[in-house]
Amino acid sequence: MWSSRAKYVLNRLIHGLPIIFAIVIANFFLIRLAPGDAAQVLAGEAGAASEEYMRQIRQQFGLDQPLYIQFISYMKNILMFDMGYSFRHGRDVSSLIFERVGATALLMFASMVISVGVGVLLGAVAAIKDRTILSNVIVIFSIISYATPLFWVGLMLIIVFSIHLGWFPTSGIATVGSTMTGWQYALDIAHHLVLPAVTLSFFYMALYTRLMRASMLETLGLDFIKTARAKGLSDRKIVSRHALRNAILPVLTMAGVQVSSMLGGSVIIESVFGWPGLGLLAFESLFARDLNLLLGIFFLSSILVVVTNAIVDVVYTIVDPRIELKGKLAHG
Amino acid sequence: MMNSTNLLTIEGLSTEFRSPHKQWFPVVNRIDLQVTVGETLAVVGESGCGKSMLAHSILRLLPRRIARNAGGRVLLEGRDLLALSEDEMRGVRGKDISMIFQEPMTSLNPLMTVGQQIAESILEHEQCSVQVAARRTLDLMELVGIPEPRARFHQYPHHLSGGMRQRIVIAIALACRPKVLIADEPTTALDVTIQAQVLALIDKLKRELGMGVILITHDLGVVAEWAQRIMVMYAGRKVEEADAETFFTSPRHPYSRALLASVPRPNDVMNGVVKPLAEITGTVPPLDRLGGGCAFADRCTMGTDACRSGSPAFRLLTPSSGVACIHAGN
Repeated sequence: MWSSRAKYVLNRLIHGLPIIFAIVIANFFLIRLAPGDAAQVLAGEAGAASEEYMRQIRQQFGLDQPLYIQFISYMKNILMFDMGYSFRHGRDVSSLIFERVGATALLMFASMVISVGVGVLLGAVAAIKDRTILSNVIVIFSIISYATPLFWVGLMLIIVFSIHLGWFPTSGIATVGSTMTGWQYALDIAHHLVLPAVTLSFFYMALYTRLMRASMLETLGLDFIKTARAKGLSDRKIVSRHALRNAILPVLTMAGVQVSSMLGGSVIIESVFGWPGLGLLAFESLFARDLNLLLGIFFLSSILVVVTNAIVDVVYTIVDPRIELKGKLAHG
Repeated sequence: MMNSTNLLTIEGLSTEFRSPHKQWFPVVNRIDLQVTVGETLAVVGESGCGKSMLAHSILRLLPRRIARNAGGRVLLEGRDLLALSEDEMRGVRGKDISMIFQEPMTSLNPLMTVGQQIAESILEHEQCSVQVAARRTLDLMELVGIPEPRARFHQYPHHLSGGMRQRIVIAIALACRPKVLIADEPTTALDVTIQAQVLALIDKLKRELGMGVILITHDLGVVAEWAQRIMVMYAGRKVEEADAETFFTSPRHPYSRALLASVPRPNDVMNGVVKPLAEITGTVPPLDRLGGGCAFADRCTMGTDACRSGSPAFRLLTPSSGVACIHAGN
């Protein structure tokens, strides 16, 4: 069983290669539609925007080459997992990205756990207690959090919990200049993680709450729930053994699809909270027209999405026995 | 009609539903019935006549938000089920009275192995180890005629055919050797050959386990073959009750006669000409808009003003049969 799952994941990843390839090509051209280049930004910042200086920079970074030459050399490098050189940071893109990817992964994982966990819980409660005040409160809360912009939630949480109450730090991933190690250091990071993770999970939590509520209401009306009741099971057992697992399936599907969208959301969150992850890096590199770095981040994101989708498919087969994996390449 | 081996006695059972206008109206209206050991009582009637509601009312399975009991008693060996607490009632469901539902394709949890679903019922009602429950589950699967129970135990519902699934549903219902089995249209969703197998199985197990069976159906062919007694329901009321022979030879209520006339028979085809099938014009009236009179009057060939002036009482014609119609005399 497990070996067939591993084979399936491998096949899915092989199928993902052309997709990633297509994304890389599209990104390369799309990003050049934005006006301005690194030379203009650098020259602007240096305060010496002479034609001579800019030509020198463009020549140095190969920006004076025709687009198709740039494209060919970029593709050659990508095939060897060389994502190029960041003009802005004066370092290899890959080393920059790998330095930052952990922070973003941590933020996304925490947000995913919070949003799915709380969303499933609230949605299930709202469905079980349908047509009660509690249910209405949950529904209204989810509508509000669905409609509130992420950056605003982040700023409000900072004002309330950092500035007024002083419970959590306002920004960063760890206390600056501290010499903590081991568990102490991990706790310090967790402490910094709370506000950004809660903020990022806010919108998705609302989404999963609504989805779970609808799914749970539907499941509770199905025939096998009646069979369970006719067996003499208590309401608690009916929910925990029969309803919950069935109702959670659509949430799982949605959560898998949302991984990529969450990555987008993390750009905003990381900017608000100064969280040193890929989102913040992408944000900065966009304004610096650091295209190599930006393309590198996009490249990594596309790999991430392909991999998560494969993982979600496998998780699905563990939760739902009706879905069986086809390991053969022909079936995908 | 009374019998010393009565398992289940229902007296004046009424259930009300709440209309969208928040008014309560009866869907099960003062029903009396008895089920004795080893007997199959068929409850027949069109869709919407309240037969399924009757079954759900006996097990108290209707959601409290929209349904309520409005009087009567449900006596299982003398114990009134309507007086039990919800926890006590859970001890009755699946243990003393079990129910089989209409749709075998959807009445099993798709994410749980069929073995687990049967064993769950045993573990719920009896103090026994998981191993014992598993062994008894295998016995039950064999009892209901599932080949290779050991292999099937770990399969999921989607691996099984409709007929096999209905056997699993029956095994769940029989897991704790109930005294009464309520089968709510158990074969409607199955094809004809499987129907016969499932009904024969229920009949065999009824005799082996000494159960009483309430068979809810609209298929009079099924009734003729498997039921000893028949109760006809219309608009939530019992309109006729008789033993099978009396019912099929001399039905008393115009509705019963109309139902019987609408069953296709081989001799309807004479000299190559197909006699048109009799039908009952109109439909069951909406239960929340019933007037005072006989609910069938408007569709009845014998309907008179007298029928519409008052609801006809159920009268015994013989000790074991009766009818609720002012026209049905001796």
